[in-house]
Amino acid sequence: MRKTLGLAALAAVLACGGASAQQVNIKIGVLSDMSSLYADIGGPGSVAAAKMAIADFTKDNPNVKVELISGDHQNKPDIGSQIANQWFDVDKVDLIIDTPNSGVALAVSQVASQKNKIFIVSGAAASDLTGPKCNANTIHWTYDTWMLANGTGTAIVKTGGDTWFFLTSDYAFGHALERDTMAAVEKAGGKVVGKVRHPLNTNDFSSFLLQAQSSKAKVIGLANAGGDTINSIKQAAEFGIVKGGQSLAGLLVFASDVAALGLPTAQGLVLTETWYWDMNDVNRAWTKRWQQERQGKFPTMIHAGVYAGITHYLKAAVALKGNVSDGKAVVAQMKSMPTDDPLFGKGTIRADGRKVHPAYLFEVKKPAESKYPGDFYKVRATIPADEAFRPLKEGNCPLVTG
Amino acid sequence: MERVVDPLAKKPSALRAYSETIAFVVMVVALGVAPFFTYPLFLMQAMCFALFACAFNLLIGYVGLLSFGHALYFGWASYLSAYAAKVWGLTPELAILTGTATAAICGLLAGSLAIRRQGIYFAMITLALAQMMYFFALQAKFTGGEDGIQAVPRGYLFGLIDLRNEMAMYAVVLVIFLAGFTFIYRIIHSPFGEVLKAIRENEARATSLGYKTDRYKLVAFVLSATLAGVAGATKAIVLQLASLTDVNWPMSGEVVLMTLVGGLGTIFGPMVGAFVILVMQFKLAPIGEWVLVIQGAIFVACVLLFRRGIVGELANKLRIRL
Amino acid sequence: MVEIFGIPSQALFGQLLIGLINGSFYALLSLGLAVIFGMLNIINFSHGAQYMMGAFAAYLLLQYSGLGYWPALIIAPILVGITGVIVERLFLQWLYKLDHLYGLLLTFGLALILEGVARNYFGSAGLPYTVPESLQGGRNLGFMFLPNYRAWVIVASLAVCFGTWFVIERTRLGAYLRAATENPTLVRAFGINVPRMITLTYGFGVALAAFAGVMAAPIYNVSPQMGSELIIVVFAVVVIGGMGSILGAILTGFGLGVIEGLTKVFFPEASNTVIFVIMAIVLLVRPAGLFGRRG
Repeated sequence: MRKTLGLAALAAVLACGGASAQQVNIKIGVLSDMSSLYADIGGPGSVAAAKMAIADFTKDNPNVKVELISGDHQNKPDIGSQIANQWFDVDKVDLIIDTPNSGVALAVSQVASQKNKIFIVSGAAASDLTGPKCNANTIHWTYDTWMLANGTGTAIVKTGGDTWFFLTSDYAFGHALERDTMAAVEKAGGKVVGKVRHPLNTNDFSSFLLQAQSSKAKVIGLANAGGDTINSIKQAAEFGIVKGGQSLAGLLVFASDVAALGLPTAQGLVLTETWYWDMNDVNRAWTKRWQQERQGKFPTMIHAGVYAGITHYLKAAVALKGNVSDGKAVVAQMKSMPTDDPLFGKGTIRADGRKVHPAYLFEVKKPAESKYPGDFYKVRATIPADEAFRPLKEGNCPLVTG
Repeated sequence: MERVVDPLAKKPSALRAYSETIAFVVMVVALGVAPFFTYPLFLMQAMCFALFACAFNLLIGYVGLLSFGHALYFGWASYLSAYAAKVWGLTPELAILTGTATAAICGLLAGSLAIRRQGIYFAMITLALAQMMYFFALQAKFTGGEDGIQAVPRGYLFGLIDLRNEMAMYAVVLVIFLAGFTFIYRIIHSPFGEVLKAIRENEARATSLGYKTDRYKLVAFVLSATLAGVAGATKAIVLQLASLTDVNWPMSGEVVLMTLVGGLGTIFGPMVGAFVILVMQFKLAPIGEWVLVIQGAIFVACVLLFRRGIVGELANKLRIRL
Repeated sequence: MVEIFGIPSQALFGQLLIGLINGSFYALLSLGLAVIFGMLNIINFSHGAQYMMGAFAAYLLLQYSGLGYWPALIIAPILVGITGVIVERLFLQWLYKLDHLYGLLLTFGLALILEGVARNYFGSAGLPYTVPESLQGGRNLGFMFLPNYRAWVIVASLAVCFGTWFVIERTRLGAYLRAATENPTLVRAFGINVPRMITLTYGFGVALAAFAGVMAAPIYNVSPQMGSELIIVVFAVVVIGGMGSILGAILTGFGLGVIEGLTKVFFPEASNTVIFVIMAIVLLVRPAGLFGRRG
């Protein structure tokens, strides 16, 4: 369970000439899915991002010593909660970060609150984490379902896609995604002409796609995830749906999914993310460093969120002079300080634990437009930070409503 | 598990006669003192799985029926127990009873279908039925889909004892585990258990002796499902959550693995197997990528090299019953 | 337009056809299971993983030796079939004297290993594989748009299924096979190498799974877990049909594909459970399965 990695210990000892620089000791645990469904979007890539964040921060703050461990929750909430308990109680971990899979993230958030420690979510999508199930020990960094639904829904209607048909995964997650997107579409003046609910892990989508095709909607919203999304996009290409003039909107699609589909199949797909490796020079330079550990792969927004989250946490820890045992106090400190990191720029963390930053509507390039590996997207729209996430008052977070 | 082994190896004669009693006492003492040395939460979880494996073993080890869908009873019991404690606000013991009752009903329905076929068909039917109920769990509103039922209160036992205290909770789980374990032991050694073993050895013969074998098999199935339900329902209270993991097919596979590793048809085997597999899962967490492969390799190794499992091989070496 | 239960009849034809395509995969897989079971008395739990291997082999052939879909359709099943032969020689042959359940447990373990290895080397998101150029596009049948590739799937799987049926039920080789299932010692006395026949049968059953995998690669997500969910449904199909007859396995596969397809129109939420429900009903009415002998 522990991949210990002592960093800058020597440097800290040697450099303590200034009496003002207090020694700060921190222990961080990356709890992620190392082996199954989400290993590509989080997993070892998140550990690499965490190492980079720690290396960068301790270079400028030699008095900070950070120990990093990592664990695999195997997508099982009980294993996740077990590891979290053990990390906080036995291993004296101060901060747990990442944790794709909403079920695991909600469980760990609970544990962090009970033990008064800190949990920064980068990998999980559930907007409930800053909604009804929010707490004063959890920060949700990178993205959430509401933001995806709203971003994609609103932006597409504004660019002309005003009639929608939903292909919805028939369980709580899909329903939530469908509900939030529908609200956004209708608010922006669009119309939902139909929907069909398919069971999770459906192999054959042709039947549902035919129903979507005959609805004549301009946009087919894919309120599903993972293998279901990939299958529906693959088969939509086969049935000539995009060629026939309808467009596909992925509501939870990552760069790794696009890679799995290949551009010939995925071209024209519209999706929302908050970070893309090829957006600017800073991101590209960061990606190059990241790839030294993860050869041939491309970082996702989740990896970027892990880097930024740790960076901001360490800043708060230094501001508190290393006094991080009270998780609530640290989170309060993190909320009171504006965030500023190379990947997400300037931003804030709201009272409900929601980190806010801009989001981007991307379109997957045609194979001819893609010039090098990983050249997936072109930007179709930018959603400013204050519109990207669910308004504070609508979340029903007890921290806000009291 | 060396604790079970070492003191026994020294005195072979007394051991033969009382091997099971001695092992039981050692187990009780070990579990009694363990929370002072190991992480209690882990032990509680391990005991839940141990009971689950024991319940499963009742069916495969003593009736010869391989159920490949025991996650159904474990998982649904855990959902209902979590739901009862959280939404209906029942006390923990009533919540566990609710979960157990659910498992019993599921076991009755699935069992009466599955015992219509034998051997591998039985395994496939139980697997298919469990998969169907997994889909129901996924789609049903109350289970919370991928999020599961979270933040289940542990509550007050009989309305009095605060189970948020780790040691109080541990004591409750220990009592439940030992009660379940003893109950299974009694079943196996009862006249009813003898009939089950007769069915395992030769069903046609048992039938010709006048036993309604289908009825025996069904009762055994329901008992096994119910006890798996006790384990699942308890686990939901201990870990304060119920999730899809517990109803999905890999969980059915895991309980098979635990029992196989420990020893099919041995009293202590499933418990040993459960502890071994859980420890392995936690020790292997940093190299998570390989957990699946290692589990598969253990399956293959067990089937090819030591079909008796850890406890079975041990008992065979020492010529005792365990 | 004529409507049936509120669904235009033309759309219904389309859905029936699609169900048949879907059923092709069930038929191919349950056929492989039945062939293996008939000869080895083992339920091959790794069938789903071997189906996945077929799809991965197609991807690797394309990636590393530039061999496209058509060569892969032949080469991948042969390669995966050879791994099957190795598995039989290394592991399965030691189990024939034991309870059948051990075969199930061993192949389950193998399935875990195969899936785990695939995840480690290829990640879990999946791999790209496109429809071969010669089968891209489709035609308008009036009642629906039928992609050429889907039409090919039906034709190819029907051909393979009935080819297999013919070999087993109507040729001398098949007669030996069937005889060896009934009474191996007697057949051996006739000078036939029964163990080798068993090995090759397993290899062939595995190759059928891999063939289905290659067929699936262009239209379904090529991922390590593509087989594990499917195999449970195929088990239900096998329980419904009974494994006693080759033809039974084929017909049940296609039939259940159609039923599942129709469910997707009338009651999509239940389309993943309908096969299990049918299984329960069949068990109540005809415990031995539709085409089954005792078992």
